[in-house]
Amino acid sequence: MAEVVIKTHKLTKRFGNFIAVNEISFEVYKGEIFGFLGANGAGKTTAMRMLIGLSKPTSGSAAVAGFDVYKQTENIKKNIGYMSQKFSLYEDLTVLENISFYGGIYGLTDTEIKTKSDQLVTELGLQNQATKLVASLPLGWKQKLSFSVALLHEPKIIFLDEPTGGVDPLTRRQFWDLIYAASDEGVTIFVTTHYMDEAEYCNRISIMVDGKIEALDSPQNLKKQLNANSMDEVFYELARGAKRSE
Amino acid sequence: MKQFLAFVKKEFYHVLRDRRTLLILFGMPIAQILIFGFALTNEVKNEKILIIDNAKDIASQRIISEIAASKYFQIENSVTDPNQIVQDFKKGIIRVALIFPANFNKDLMHLHKAQLQIIADASDPNLATTLTNYISAIIQDYQSNLNQTYDIPLRIIPEVRMLYNPELKGAPNFVPGVMALVLMLICVLMTAISIVKEKETGTMEILLVSPFRPALVIVSKAVPYLLLSLINVATILLLSVFVLKVPVRGSVLLLFAESTLFIVTCLTLGIFISIKTNTQQVAMLVSLMGMLLPTVLFSGFMFPIENMPVALQVFSNIIPSKWYYIIVKSIMIKGVGFSMIWKETLALVAITLFLFFISIKSFKIRMA
Amino acid sequence: MVTANNLVKSYAGKNKVPAVDHVSFSVNEGEIFGLIGPDGAGKTSIFRILTTLLLPDEGSATVARFDVVKDYKQIRNIIGYMPGRFSLYPDLSVEENLNFFATVFGTSIQENYNLIKEIYVQLEPFKKRRAGNLSGGMKQKLALCCALIHKPTVLFLDEPTTGVDPVSRKEFWEILKRLKAQGITILVSTPYMDEAVLCDRIALIQNGKILSIDTPALISASYPDKLFAVKANKMSTLLKALSEFPEKEASYAFGEYAHVAAKKDEPEFENKLKKYLENQRIENVEIKEITATIEDSFIKLLK
Repeated sequence: MAEVVIKTHKLTKRFGNFIAVNEISFEVYKGEIFGFLGANGAGKTTAMRMLIGLSKPTSGSAAVAGFDVYKQTENIKKNIGYMSQKFSLYEDLTVLENISFYGGIYGLTDTEIKTKSDQLVTELGLQNQATKLVASLPLGWKQKLSFSVALLHEPKIIFLDEPTGGVDPLTRRQFWDLIYAASDEGVTIFVTTHYMDEAEYCNRISIMVDGKIEALDSPQNLKKQLNANSMDEVFYELARGAKRSE
Repeated sequence: MKQFLAFVKKEFYHVLRDRRTLLILFGMPIAQILIFGFALTNEVKNEKILIIDNAKDIASQRIISEIAASKYFQIENSVTDPNQIVQDFKKGIIRVALIFPANFNKDLMHLHKAQLQIIADASDPNLATTLTNYISAIIQDYQSNLNQTYDIPLRIIPEVRMLYNPELKGAPNFVPGVMALVLMLICVLMTAISIVKEKETGTMEILLVSPFRPALVIVSKAVPYLLLSLINVATILLLSVFVLKVPVRGSVLLLFAESTLFIVTCLTLGIFISIKTNTQQVAMLVSLMGMLLPTVLFSGFMFPIENMPVALQVFSNIIPSKWYYIIVKSIMIKGVGFSMIWKETLALVAITLFLFFISIKSFKIRMA
Repeated sequence: MVTANNLVKSYAGKNKVPAVDHVSFSVNEGEIFGLIGPDGAGKTSIFRILTTLLLPDEGSATVARFDVVKDYKQIRNIIGYMPGRFSLYPDLSVEENLNFFATVFGTSIQENYNLIKEIYVQLEPFKKRRAGNLSGGMKQKLALCCALIHKPTVLFLDEPTTGVDPVSRKEFWEILKRLKAQGITILVSTPYMDEAVLCDRIALIQNGKILSIDTPALISASYPDKLFAVKANKMSTLLKALSEFPEKEASYAFGEYAHVAAKKDEPEFENKLKKYLENQRIENVEIKEITATIEDSFIKLLK
């Protein structure tokens, strides 16, 4: 039985009378690529924020990397990486300056930062851009760089919030190559996405509708269960009746 | 500690790479020191003083020559008609007058005391006090000199008349100044944000791709603020009359009409700023910081404009609140009618029309 | 109905690479034309030039025979525009927004109601709600109504489905099909390759340059190599193995399957591939030949 790195039990978040996340319970195993799907407004961003320690749950329990989300958020933050479309690198700093900054935040030594910088720049092929401002990089490169920076401190789990939005198909796949590589090294990947073909790359998926988890299984099993030919159809079946699309 | 240093290093990068912040950080202090150092002074210099010498004797002539020699005053004695004098005071052409009675020296020699009259425009009580103090000092000086040669003490008693504000209350000067300042800032700020907001949030984009007309958009943005600002004017006037006890001596209707004009001027200025800037932040900065300092400095209610270098005096003519301040003071404190302030009104109208036309001209019908 | 001729547009300071790099295409009356490409490809800039919001540095364009530079006033009377982000007034209600835009265009909601009826009935229950409080999908529908309210001849939709949930996306495209049936010419831009198939003709665009223009079917058909879909137990190991397969032209992930393009003149490709994968000890291999999708074509054009 694989090690459980994320575990939630009836995790709930209320905003006044509105129940954004309604008693969700699930587990994520080490080294998994776990897809966290749902329509806009279904509650997945809220759920994710609770898991990464940015938002306090209203009720229920959750543990990330073995730490409690109520009391041990600082420990959680030390052990996870986070990347989102909105939260990204500093545009007016260079590639190297960004790496050095985030390395410093997570307590890496100067030698460690240097080694990892070189490694990262070589892996991504950014040798010519290393001293240029991040603002000058095309979107796809920024995303890949963001991802690599999030992994600098070798976290156990990495949370990705719609990392490939608006990026061209080739870069998207290069990004997923990076995800696969990380997963092979034992990093657990928790990713949300709107691209249904990316759902197929995950080991297991959960689909949130109106604050609840309506499905949780591997893509293959979900398709079988719902007699669907693609994840697109699976999603459509489940999300169609959502009340929150108003 | 390492974390802290990492943050500090990053913040340095941010600051040093932001040109605008650097400009403000270093440019502003220099500009301010220069302006405050050179342009502003509360000193009195070359103030026109109207001297009516009914005595034309040795005492009056001596005092007059002392006054002429002082750098504070510049003698004006061409006016003798009492009505004209009253008008000149009302128009603000002269702010201080010295009147010698016919028997000045005779009274001094035979009665051992003589009077003279000092009249000052006390709508600016500080200025009035300063002026009368200077004159009194000069007279005192002459008096002491006299007393060195004469055994019996001679006394010259100035009778001071403070026009418009005999109690020398600060409020009569204060209220018009505040009105000019507050209305300017609020009105400019409000409309400054309005168009820029649409640019920032994107609602401008669809509007542009439609058969709209820039002039209509501009006017429609000003209208709500115009009505609301009139309420502000009413509030300020009510407060000043009933709480601060500063009555409106002239026509309230005229005051409102002029205020409406001033508000329109400021709203148009705000709209011009809105058209020229691209973010709400910059628009607010320009209207608050950019407008605040010039308005306070150049409207004339804190620092006399006549004492500034000529270049700045000319510059003050384009500041709307300068004209409005004169208008409000004239109506409220001096009680004058339109015939006295038509020039200032015209200035405001000219500024407004100018701003309106350049606004329409600058209105971008495209995004870039 | 719409023509673009060698359009060039650069933005100051942005890497010297033009945002729009000699773009030419034309759109026929009554068709749905898709501009397909990722963020930063230049789609929004092209749209802004065509809707007279931006002046091109070089080149020319016309909409309904009007020049976008000289005749912008006429163009602004006859087009409907839905910009990439929500551009209606968030503090006005659905009703108030519609009324406002109808008035600006010199018409009223009643006049062209039949055009927006189908969409509006979905919005009607919320007509008093402030536009800022609508969900993403509803906002898009409202924006579409406001763009249609004056019965435009050409409709420009800049990434109308980005950020909207997949269910609403499908519904949106149904609406577009029905609008086309009413004779409105529609230009749409989108980063979603699967929406490309729903257009009559498409232009693939990346880095300001047009890669290809044609009907989706013809673009797919013109894919030069034989294409295969391969499935196995573990995608990551499969991809790794495929990347080292010498006979391949390209290989990449594609959802459930991996796509492999065969090198030219390789008749025994399928068999060779099967043997190779067996040697790599990859289990449960399934191989089938497929026709290229737009995404495959796009990837090919990018390489």
